[in-house]
This record gives sequence, structure tokens and C-alpha cells, in this order.
Amino acid sequence: MHEKIIEVHNLIKKFGDFEANKNLSFDVYRGEIFGFLGANGAGKTTAIKILCGLLKPTSGEVRVAGIDINKNPEEVKKRIGYMSQMFSLYNDLTVKENFRFYGGVYGLSKKEIKERTQFFLGKLKMQDYENMLLKNIPLGWKQKLAFSVASIHKPEIIFLDEPTGGVDPITRRQFWEMIYEASAAGTTIFVTTHYMDEAEYCERVSIMSEGEIKALDSPHNLKTEFGANNMNEVFLKIARNVE
Amino acid sequence: MWSFIKKEFLYIFRDYRTMIILFGMPLAQIILFGFAITNDINNAHIAVLDNSKDVVTREITRKLLSSHYFILDRNLKSNKDIKSAFKKGEIKQTIVFEQNFAKKLTSDKKANMQLILDASNPNTASILNAYTAGIVDTYIFQNLLQKGKIPMQINVQSKMLYNQELKSVYLFVPGIITVVLMLVSAMMTSITIVREKELGTMEALLVSPVKSSTIIIGKVVPYVVLSFINLIIILFLSVFIFGMPIRGSVLLLLAESLLFLIMSLSLGIFISTASKTQQQAMLLSMFGLMLPTILLSGFIFPIANMPVALQILSDFMPGKWFIIIIKNIMLKGIGFSYFWKETVIILAMTVLFAGLSMKRFNIRLSE
Repeated sequence: MHEKIIEVHNLIKKFGDFEANKNLSFDVYRGEIFGFLGANGAGKTTAIKILCGLLKPTSGEVRVAGIDINKNPEEVKKRIGYMSQMFSLYNDLTVKENFRFYGGVYGLSKKEIKERTQFFLGKLKMQDYENMLLKNIPLGWKQKLAFSVASIHKPEIIFLDEPTGGVDPITRRQFWEMIYEASAAGTTIFVTTHYMDEAEYCERVSIMSEGEIKALDSPHNLKTEFGANNMNEVFLKIARNVE
Repeated sequence: MWSFIKKEFLYIFRDYRTMIILFGMPLAQIILFGFAITNDINNAHIAVLDNSKDVVTREITRKLLSSHYFILDRNLKSNKDIKSAFKKGEIKQTIVFEQNFAKKLTSDKKANMQLILDASNPNTASILNAYTAGIVDTYIFQNLLQKGKIPMQINVQSKMLYNQELKSVYLFVPGIITVVLMLVSAMMTSITIVREKELGTMEALLVSPVKSSTIIIGKVVPYVVLSFINLIIILFLSVFIFGMPIRGSVLLLLAESLLFLIMSLSLGIFISTASKTQQQAMLLSMFGLMLPTILLSGFIFPIANMPVALQILSDFMPGKWFIIIIKNIMLKGIGFSYFWKETVIILAMTVLFAGLSMKRFNIRLSE
């Protein structure tokens, strides 16, 4: 049950003199929903980019899906999925073409792409819209499509970088249902968010500030530890301590 | 790789704006430059004051008018009329033959005709001047010299090599090919790459196991193909509509153009690494590439007339070298041995820009 899928030890990332990540150490377990919180500029994005193999750490050890990110970033990339707040889909392609393209990017065969596309479209009840251009599709659906496209190659971990930015609460709720489903199927979810109510949905949460992890535990334990009613208060208390 | 190319083509064909820039702009440019912005002057109104009215003056006048450059607006009766003729502004040139023109020509071997030009537009005036002098020279040469008569007057003959008729289309077509190839390829590649950045899809691709070289090549190949089609359209137009010759090897012309295309594409990638938004990429390619290419490559303004500093600067314009190559192939019809140096320069620029942009592309990833 408690198999580690992400292991980070003493991760440091410097840009010139500026230390974006100061000695980060944490583990993420297989199948859990891990919330990665922090204010803008706290170093979240840097850390997530390192985990995805987009940035090289200055020092420290990072293993994702059991692979050393320094030694074999390409192998890591095959096993992870990624969805940013911009959704990363092509507006001038149809729904089906977006699946086909990303399937091709991850080296899936034509048959696999077809199967996976039908699977997701069926799940989203979007079979009738497969030939619609993406730009004509409402934001909430786009978001679900983006999540499906990011999981087309059955990744072990999906990184979600502020996936619910600019989306209304009902759609956000539906989106989280999708996340739960994926998690129940064994996929690890690594999610960053601004919304503290979303933090409550995570199994464990880390809160970053000024390049360091200030707290890491389940939302329940964090609330008890900081004597807070909700995650928002926890977050504010940590932010105040820093000042 | 194939799925990248396919996606890019789909994207180009679905976005009508891209299609307009890609195919509309070259057409518009060649038609604009070819027809409208031409240095050739047709149908200039002239007045003639013929004080002699003999066989020779009539023949010269007839020759002038039968060229399509001049239209006889009126015949003047005396010198007094000249000023008023110009004042109305329609007449660009007045030709005055002295009295006893033909007689003098036979007896003194010399006769005078005067050209009075409206020089409020100096370019027009000097071009008309040259046209008239040219026509008179031809007349003397053909009608008098060849009839075995003694030379009437020693004329300085200037012969225009390669462009006997001084057609400005000959000058413009190589320039347009250069500008269009450069602009379309550099601007379009930089815009599409930056668009992917804006969309966030570039990030998604970088997180995928696909190599960054595959991403770039997949982006660039469709534009190579389309720009090449563009090139063929332009060549077709210039040959069949403007009568531009291709005296040298067509194959060589296409090969050199392909090289120049690839150079422009790598420039485009380079621009894309330096810009954050599509507008920025567009402005950079417009002002960073198009204007210098038009102004400094010898397309419109002769490089030899520029200040030394600008002449040196023009050496860094890839367009300059490419224009030399095209002119050599199309107008002079000479072979590769005459412009291998220019080819090497473009090749070196290609390697430089491709290398730089690859490097920058990778650095950008780690920022």
C-alpha cells in the first residue's frame, strides 16, 4: 500500500543567486492524491517542472516512478501525464484529432488510440461531439477532455498544475470526481491549486512557502495541528509565521 | 513525427488567417510591386515644339510617340508657350527641335534638340530623359548610320546589360522572392511556435517523451513544403505575367531557394525563442527581418549608393546574398561557379541560426 512513487531528497534548485527550492524532501505514495500548495512564487512550479523532467535540479535526488530523474528523464516522461492550467489542447483540431495527436506523441498504436479515445468519450458521454472543433467546446468539458488526453497513455502519475483555474465551482466539483475515479483506479495524482477548498479533497497536502515545505500531512491532521477550522486558516497561519 | 506534420497541416488549413498570410501575401506583393509600384513610366504627356518640321524631326517625334512611354499632349508654336504648358502640370517633358534640324544634321553633322523636363519629381524626369535620349540614339544609329552615311555625331552609348529595357520587374522579382520566402517562412514558423507556447501545448509536448528536435522538425516541415509551393507560384507569375526570364538552371534556382528557405525557417525558430506572444513574434519578424531585407538587401535601394556603415550592415542581410544568386541564375544565366561564395555565406548563416535556435530552444526548457 505505502509504495513510494515519488521520492525527493534534499532537492535544491538555484537560478543564479536565487534559491527557488531550498532543500526539499518529501515522498508521494502510489495511488494517493497529493496536494501541492503554496502562494505564487513559493517554488511550486519549479518543483513540478523538475519532477516532470523539464528542469534539472541543482543538487539532490529525485526519483519518479522508481527512476532517477537525473539519469533517465526520458523514461520518466513516458510514465507521467501532465495537464497545465492552459489545458494544452489544440483549439483548431477536433476532439478526436486531439486524442489522435497526443496518442501519437506517446507512441501509441492506431488501435490503442482508437480504443482509448472511445473509452474516454464514452465515459464523458461525448461520443456525438468527437468531430467538433475544440474551440467550440465549453470550458468545463475542455477541462475534462484535457484530463483524459493527459491520461491517454495510462500514466502512473498525473501532474495537474492548477487544473481548475477560471472554472466555476460546479465544474470544479465534477472535475474532482474524475480525479477521484482515476485515483481509485490506481493512478497517483499530484495536484497544485490555489483553492483551499480543493486542498480538503486531497489525501495529503504539502504547503510551500519561500522555497521550503512548511507543512506536510493530511488535511485533517493539519487542521488539528494548527487549531484551524479549514485549510484556508491553516494556510494563513503558515503564511503569517513566515512574516 | 508524421502525426506532428499532419497536425500542423490540419492547423494551417483550418486557420484561414494563416492561409491568407501564406498565399495571399505573396500574390498581393508580386502584383503590387509588379504593376503598381513600378519605376517604369508609361504614357507620359509631352509637348513638342518643332521649329524645323522636316523629315528627321517628324521621324524622331514619331519614334518617340510609338514607344509606349510618351503621349503627345500638344504641339507648341513658340517658346512662349513652353512655360504655360508646364504650369498645368500635365506635361512632363517638352521637346524642342531647333530650326533647320535636318539641314544642319547633314551640313554640320550636328543638330540640337532640347529637352525640358518637369523635375518636381526628379526620378520621373531623369527616367524620361533617359528614355528620350535612348530613342534618339537608336534612331541615329539605325536610320542614319546604317544607311552608310558618315557618323553624324559621336554619342556616348550606354548599353544596359541583362535588362535592356530597364524593366523594373526584373529588379523587383528577385527581391519579392526573397522577401516573401523570408517573411512567410520566418514569420509563420515563429508565430506557430509561439502560439503553442501561448496555448500551453508546447509545455505538454516538452513533458512528453518526444525529442525537442522532433517537435521543431515537425513544426517546420509543413512550412518548407508550403513556402516551396509559394516559390513556384511566384516564379510562375513572374515568368508568365511579367515575362521574367529564367536563363539559368531551374533546378539550381530551386535548390538555392530551398537553402534560403531553411535559413529563414531557422531564423523563425530563433525569433520564437525570443518572443512570448504571437504579436511579439510578428513584430520582431516584421521589423527585424522584413524592413531590413527590403531596405538593405539591394532590393530597392542600390547597396553601392549607401554609406559605408550601411554597406557593411547589408553584408549581414541574408537577403542580399540570395538576391545576387537569383539575379545570376534568372537574368545572367550563369552557373554555380560564379556564386558559390554567396551560397557558402547563406549556408553558414543557416548553420549558425539553426545551431543558435536549437541551443536557445533547449536553454529555454531549463528556465
